[in-house]
Amino acid sequence: MIEIVRDRVNELTDKYDNKRENLLCILEELGQEYGFLDETIVNEVARAFNISQTEVFSVASFYHFLNTKPIGKYVIRLCRTITCDLAGKDKILSALESELDIKMGETTHDKKYTLDYANCMGMCDKGSAMMVNDDIYDQLTPSRAVEIIKSYK
Amino acid sequence: MAKKIDVVFSDFTPGSALKKIYDMSPKEVIDLVTQSRLRGRGGAGFPTGLKWQLAAETGIRPKYFVCNADEGEPGTFKDKMILEKQAAKVIEGMLIGAYAIDASRGFIYLRGEYKYLLSSLLAKINELRRQNLLGDDICQRKGFCFDLEVRLGAGAYVCGEESALLSSLEGRRGEARNKPPYPAEKGYMGYPTVVNNVETLSFVPHIILNGPRWFHNYGTEKSAGSKLFSVSGDCKKPGIYEFEFGIKIKDLLKEVEAGEDTKAVQIGGASGFCASKDDFNENICFEGIPTGGSIIIFNESRDMFHVLKNFVEFFQQESCGQCTPCREGCSRMLEGLLKFESGKGSSKTIDDLLDLSETMSLASKCGFGQSVPNSFRTIVSKFKDEIIAR
Amino acid sequence: MLNVKINNQKYSVSEGMTVLDVCKRENIYIPTLCHHPDLETKGICRVCVVEVKNSKTLQAACSTPVYDGMEIFTGTEKVRRVRKTIIELLLANHYTDCTVCAKNLNCELQDLANQYSLTGLRWKERRERTLPLDDSSPVFVRDNNKCVLCKRCVRACDEIQGVYAIANLNKGDSTIVGSEFNKPVSEVVCINCGQCITHCPTGALYEKSFIDDVWKAIDDPEKVVVVQTAPAIRAALGEEFDYPPGTRVTGKMVTALKMIGFDYVFDTQFSADLTIMEEGTELLARLKKAIVDKEDVALPMTTSCSPGWIKFQEHFFPELIPNISTCKSPQQMMGAVLKTYWAEKTGIDPEKIVSVSIMPCTAKKFEAMRPEMADSGYQDVDYVLTTRELARMIKQDAIHLKSLSNSDFDDPLGRSTGAATIFGATGGVMEAAIRTAYETVTGREVPFDSLNVTPVRGLEGIREANIKIEGTKDEWNFLEGVTLNVAVAHGTANAKKIMTRVASGEMNYHFIEIMTCPGGCLAGGGQPIPVTEEIRELRAKAVYEEDMDMKLRKSHENPAVTEIYKDYLGEPNSHKAHELLHTHYTRRGRY
Repeated sequence: MIEIVRDRVNELTDKYDNKRENLLCILEELGQEYGFLDETIVNEVARAFNISQTEVFSVASFYHFLNTKPIGKYVIRLCRTITCDLAGKDKILSALESELDIKMGETTHDKKYTLDYANCMGMCDKGSAMMVNDDIYDQLTPSRAVEIIKSYK
Repeated sequence: MAKKIDVVFSDFTPGSALKKIYDMSPKEVIDLVTQSRLRGRGGAGFPTGLKWQLAAETGIRPKYFVCNADEGEPGTFKDKMILEKQAAKVIEGMLIGAYAIDASRGFIYLRGEYKYLLSSLLAKINELRRQNLLGDDICQRKGFCFDLEVRLGAGAYVCGEESALLSSLEGRRGEARNKPPYPAEKGYMGYPTVVNNVETLSFVPHIILNGPRWFHNYGTEKSAGSKLFSVSGDCKKPGIYEFEFGIKIKDLLKEVEAGEDTKAVQIGGASGFCASKDDFNENICFEGIPTGGSIIIFNESRDMFHVLKNFVEFFQQESCGQCTPCREGCSRMLEGLLKFESGKGSSKTIDDLLDLSETMSLASKCGFGQSVPNSFRTIVSKFKDEIIAR
Repeated sequence: MLNVKINNQKYSVSEGMTVLDVCKRENIYIPTLCHHPDLETKGICRVCVVEVKNSKTLQAACSTPVYDGMEIFTGTEKVRRVRKTIIELLLANHYTDCTVCAKNLNCELQDLANQYSLTGLRWKERRERTLPLDDSSPVFVRDNNKCVLCKRCVRACDEIQGVYAIANLNKGDSTIVGSEFNKPVSEVVCINCGQCITHCPTGALYEKSFIDDVWKAIDDPEKVVVVQTAPAIRAALGEEFDYPPGTRVTGKMVTALKMIGFDYVFDTQFSADLTIMEEGTELLARLKKAIVDKEDVALPMTTSCSPGWIKFQEHFFPELIPNISTCKSPQQMMGAVLKTYWAEKTGIDPEKIVSVSIMPCTAKKFEAMRPEMADSGYQDVDYVLTTRELARMIKQDAIHLKSLSNSDFDDPLGRSTGAATIFGATGGVMEAAIRTAYETVTGREVPFDSLNVTPVRGLEGIREANIKIEGTKDEWNFLEGVTLNVAVAHGTANAKKIMTRVASGEMNYHFIEIMTCPGGCLAGGGQPIPVTEEIRELRAKAVYEEDMDMKLRKSHENPAVTEIYKDYLGEPNSHKAHELLHTHYTRRGRY
């Protein structure tokens, strides 16, 4: 496992080079590929950049989209901003929570879904909105939201 | 009555503005932008020409030109649409700026939430490269080279603040920096850098093509030109509108078909100002009620306490956490609000929070913390009874 | 020159100065918290805000440069009100248990609260420790409940030490100082240097104290409690008793130690002289192997007295471990000698000896615990106390240091030379080594005025010197005409720079002195707080003066050292010396 991660990190540092300013974009790519940044990844990135693991972790922990704890295959991010909130976010949340049988912030037992909040995703005129990984959905109703997540297998 | 304007989304031939500046010196380009009185559309309203001039005047190289596409203000979605529909225009704005300040490398800092725009944006950039509208010797202009990369944010609202954006661009935590030095003197990697908002840049080619006076056809003395508004909340026609600066709130409400029961309008998002019925005659512009473009409408059925709490929770999470007034202040502001929820709030609580607000806006390190109290102060002053009644 | 007005008074200032710089120069008081002269300016606590004419917001004095015509107001009602609110915010989120806090009465937050007459808080106070205490380190405790997020520890760890074991994690109201994956500090690359402690304005970081264990040993009639004090203590201890920085209190310190009840008071300077004999011999042997025998020997050799640096090297440059001198540090040499040579000589059962050392250092606590530091058959040093802990012991015993008369260290392990005195300053070990090595090789004193090898002195982060060796004795003629290239670095960020050059083969040094802390042990992690560049200079001045006052100023002239070789060790680097006085290191790596 370590070797695979190390090779992948080296590929990325070849692509971007290991200048310090490229740390964030490499972490983003790794986050995308592995779902979350575990100790092995943080360690290998630190090694590739010749910086401390703490420095890498400190950057990762700042950004909401970089996870350092295990998450599900699909991360559902429900917009919590006021317009989506007014458009019925709470009802959608209830529907999702009961469908997935988890609370906000949790991951399903089968590690398939993680339920999280996001801030405004620019869908305010068509709220409520949510993201499932990189895909954005708007004009949600509780039933539509449930249908959408069901389509992610 | 409000005049609907169509500049930002009007047709545009890539390269057309560029060809025009090739007859001009960089200084003339800056002068022209300065004369247009174009000001930053992200919210702070810094004069664009002056920003360019500061960067142009330093002898340090290399220089960088950055497009701020970290549109995170709650209720704003106009930059997203500009990038979807008019990316070439924005990039041409960057090229003009790069020509003016002598930058050869640039970035578009795209917020992570807009990642779905990335592939089309990259395709557009590649198309422009093929057309020699990016890259070396752009449009046969020997020696004018500029290329750009798109960098993705990763879910941090504060990175919309330009110095935090630069920290993030350097692969660091998106923490605001001390100003001065301003990015125009010491920006990306310590080099002179101009950071302009997407919408600001989309006006630049038009100003070049039509001249600075044309820009004065719209807007007010201090807020020249038109402005995009992202309208959401309680109205029949939410969406994106382009109006002149100086539009009255009531005229805007009419255009978007907000009902008679409109109780409040949040102008400028969570970090902006709340207007109540008494304010609907006010003008939206830098010298009136300023905005980066977010307009959120609330009708009588909405609970302003709930709105305010939503904003403060947002700030508490999204503060970069560096400076005391912002980090601690957001938490304490929420603590104060929760007192009302549990029936323990009083007008003394409000006074304490107003004092806290003053400290936050006077002493926070960056514009983020300084503007956090805007919504609190305006909502509380206009809906005090509603807050205390909780 | 620029002209500015502060509180309506005109001042002439130079470009590049900050408002705080000017105010300091003019003795206009501005409160600060996140600002520390050792560290890059962050401008994050906002305690130092001032009013600037035509500026909508208040400006942080520490980070705001002056400009011509600037008008500054440092004490308006608005400024006072805002500062007070900021201090109140910090205090409300700070777990406050002042009376039982390690930093009570030496806490910058406490001072600020006092100055701004905070008598009550409008916000919910942190009355309990809601964050876990990290006491995993062998040498210090981190209490995030008291952290004010000024980042001084983070900056010290990064900027001064180049370690970056701690950083701000998360953001917003969840921001805390910590390490990767919130691991306890014992599980990350921490070198135990304690610079985080000396830079912390509050009680969020403090050393693990062994005071009670030492009292217990002293109170035990069965035990023979022996103490050694490092060279740097005598030049700084006085600060804990209101002496100005740079006051030497050597004799009073010895008296105090005897009053406390230590049975014998020895001087780590004795073993510093011993270190020079061992290390100098080792260096010359390595040079001989390289030049005469053409052997592949690790050069440059680096010093090994500073345990933070040892752990740094083990983590950061494990491949260069062979370059570190195998000599134990003076503390550990003394420890080994005490429970062997001295025990035999005095007929005291080493089992009964409790060996205590007073060190300017937190890393020394860790060093003493290293499993390999038991060559006497016992743990060579039992308890290590910092200068600050010693001060507390003196105060606990109600001893009034200022009124004490002077005493001498006990014989024979209290004897030392000026060469050992300067060990505490950066460059001191190098200078001591040069004094002895040059004379060993040439039979003549080192050719510097009054033996002061000034090129290796000072506070420049990295210093280099070249010493040409001429007129060698016969047995050293292979060094005839050789220019010895030496370097000195302090602060492990500087060590990193120099070792990177060594690793790449870019620099051809023979000998490098490295001290973990900037300024050397004089400003170690266990020394009185605060520490600034000015205080470092004053403490250094004190030890160089003490050196000049000593009759013997070269380690090889120490009669107690001559005696131990004659009676016990044989000669430097002998088999016996190797058994007791030399050690080995551990490859730790970073990843």
